[in-house]
Amino acid sequence: MPEQPQIERPQSDRAQSDRAQSDRAMIEIRNVTRSYGSFKALDDASLTIREGEFFSLLGPSGCGKTTLLRMIAGFDNPTSGSIAVGGQPMEGIPANRRPTNMVFQSYAIFPHLNVEQNVAYGLKRLKLQGGEEKRRVEEALAQVSLTGLGKRLATELSGGQRQRVALARALVMRPKVLLLDEPLSALDKKLREQMQVELRRLQQAVGITFVLVTHDQYEALAMSDRIAVMFGGRIAQVASPKEIYQRPVNRQVADFLGGMNFVKAEIVEENGASLIVDTLGFGRVKTDKPKAFVRNGGAATLGIRPERLRVLWDNATAKFEVAGKVVERHYFGEITHLIVEIPGLEKPLSVTETNDFGADDIPVGTPIRLAYDPEALVAMGD
Amino acid sequence: MRARGFLSGGWLSVYAFLYIVFLYLPVIFLPIFSINTAPTPKFPLTGFTLQWYADLPHTPALLDAAWNSLKVGVCASVLATVLGILAARSITRYRYPGRRAINGLIMAPLVLPEVIVAISMLLVMLQLGLSLSLFTVVLGHVLVCIPYSMTVLTSGFEGFDRSLEEASADLGESAFGTFRRVTLPMVAPAIISSLLVCFTISLDEFIIAFFLTGTEATLPIYIWGQLRFASKLPGVLALGTLLLVASFLLMTIAEILRRRAARRTRNEGGLYA
Repeated sequence: MPEQPQIERPQSDRAQSDRAQSDRAMIEIRNVTRSYGSFKALDDASLTIREGEFFSLLGPSGCGKTTLLRMIAGFDNPTSGSIAVGGQPMEGIPANRRPTNMVFQSYAIFPHLNVEQNVAYGLKRLKLQGGEEKRRVEEALAQVSLTGLGKRLATELSGGQRQRVALARALVMRPKVLLLDEPLSALDKKLREQMQVELRRLQQAVGITFVLVTHDQYEALAMSDRIAVMFGGRIAQVASPKEIYQRPVNRQVADFLGGMNFVKAEIVEENGASLIVDTLGFGRVKTDKPKAFVRNGGAATLGIRPERLRVLWDNATAKFEVAGKVVERHYFGEITHLIVEIPGLEKPLSVTETNDFGADDIPVGTPIRLAYDPEALVAMGD
Repeated sequence: MRARGFLSGGWLSVYAFLYIVFLYLPVIFLPIFSINTAPTPKFPLTGFTLQWYADLPHTPALLDAAWNSLKVGVCASVLATVLGILAARSITRYRYPGRRAINGLIMAPLVLPEVIVAISMLLVMLQLGLSLSLFTVVLGHVLVCIPYSMTVLTSGFEGFDRSLEEASADLGESAFGTFRRVTLPMVAPAIISSLLVCFTISLDEFIIAFFLTGTEATLPIYIWGQLRFASKLPGVLALGTLLLVASFLLMTIAEILRRRAARRTRNEGGLYA
């Protein structure tokens, strides 16, 4: 019998990057503000994006993420502050002389040109010798799996294919940075998920720094090495997807990244790396203190993701548990959302449970016990 | 439900048929009588001939008028289209206060009584000390052509995705290169369409030309002059038929080009979330 492969449970929950990344900065954004009259689309944003990184700017519409991307591309200029790409200050350099290329939200495929001509558009100016242009176009089309469609017109392409043309047209220029402005938002769900995987694979293959703008938290979590979450022109948090999801710095970030139960807490003790708080429902808990934690009197907020609460069946017990009553049940196919009222908590807890043990059959009104890991409770500023 | 079926299925189609007949029957008489042997337009027809057409090139006054019309038409359509491009670009590309009002004022000549416009222009030209000539006719025609050129060009420019020009810059192209390689090819069909429409309008226009021309006649003025002589009528009918066919062809080509331009600028999907 062949030996069964054994998978070792990771000891640390610190994000482990899939590949070694350079620590060199590719894009340096220093105190950039962009004002339109009295409105600040971007307010004193500072950020360093590393070489070879897949970086996402995530936030709701109007948070300034697209403004920032367009300033990196050179379609807009900071009111104050500076942007450098590859160590070179970008001030006064127009879009057509920057080492960046962009995939537009509308794809901006030239409708009067065919696929090949679209991809070769930027190469024409370089006046490449001896079939080099043709070779690079072929290579770019192969990278995005469009080989053989070079003679098609843009009008004859599907949404997904147009997107690939836009990608090929930018990649063929071999930019230092590829900028992607909501590239997947016009695709349907299935194609979007497929393209997420492909984009990630492509980025790892070409090794170019990718900067993606998106309002879709799952997209950002699935593709990025690091994410900057933005609200109202400000950068709220910059971290790995796992860190952002598990250790959001405030309620706004926590909320934007998916469901989160918030519990009021009283600070009992605060020291270097940890906080000890008293809560109703969860009792006294010791948690990691987030890096950006700002103490505001004696109150704090604890958060726990709905999938980190597990239903305890029959007589099973856990070291840490809370008891309550099911008040609502929502079926979602592979999972069920339970709304559980806990005595002492002002808001009921939302619980996500997989359906393999019959969570979809728990009657409303049933008393229930929930297990949790204190590690999953995260303290955050309001 | 029954009432609607009754209307659309039966009487409505009869009405539509009569309507079309009313519109086009007089126009159809023109070519019919232009190939009739009798010099007066009367039924029954007496026989088939192309003599009236064959006589046309042997009429020097007619050739002069045709040449005048061609000159006026080319000048008026080029001028109206150039001005139309500037106006349409501004209306479709930028948002500024008074944009709608300006658009309305540019389109107004469409509904102003032409006689009044013609008289007003005559007064202005005379006040300015311009002597009446084909040049003054061109100026008048530019005024009436601009609304048409605007309509054609706006539909070509509207929905022109600004990111196309940005994409070109992003790929390293200069401002002039972007205009040459992206903007111009995209809007070329609309521009040609506008030229054709304006030329057709100018070719057929009578009232303004009548008031503003000096001694040189354009084709419609020549036709008007010929109507006084009964014996010249078949020639007028033949000439009228040719004008009709030319107008129809030009407008059809213009419309095909306009649609192609509109399709080009709009087929760029993409949701703006």
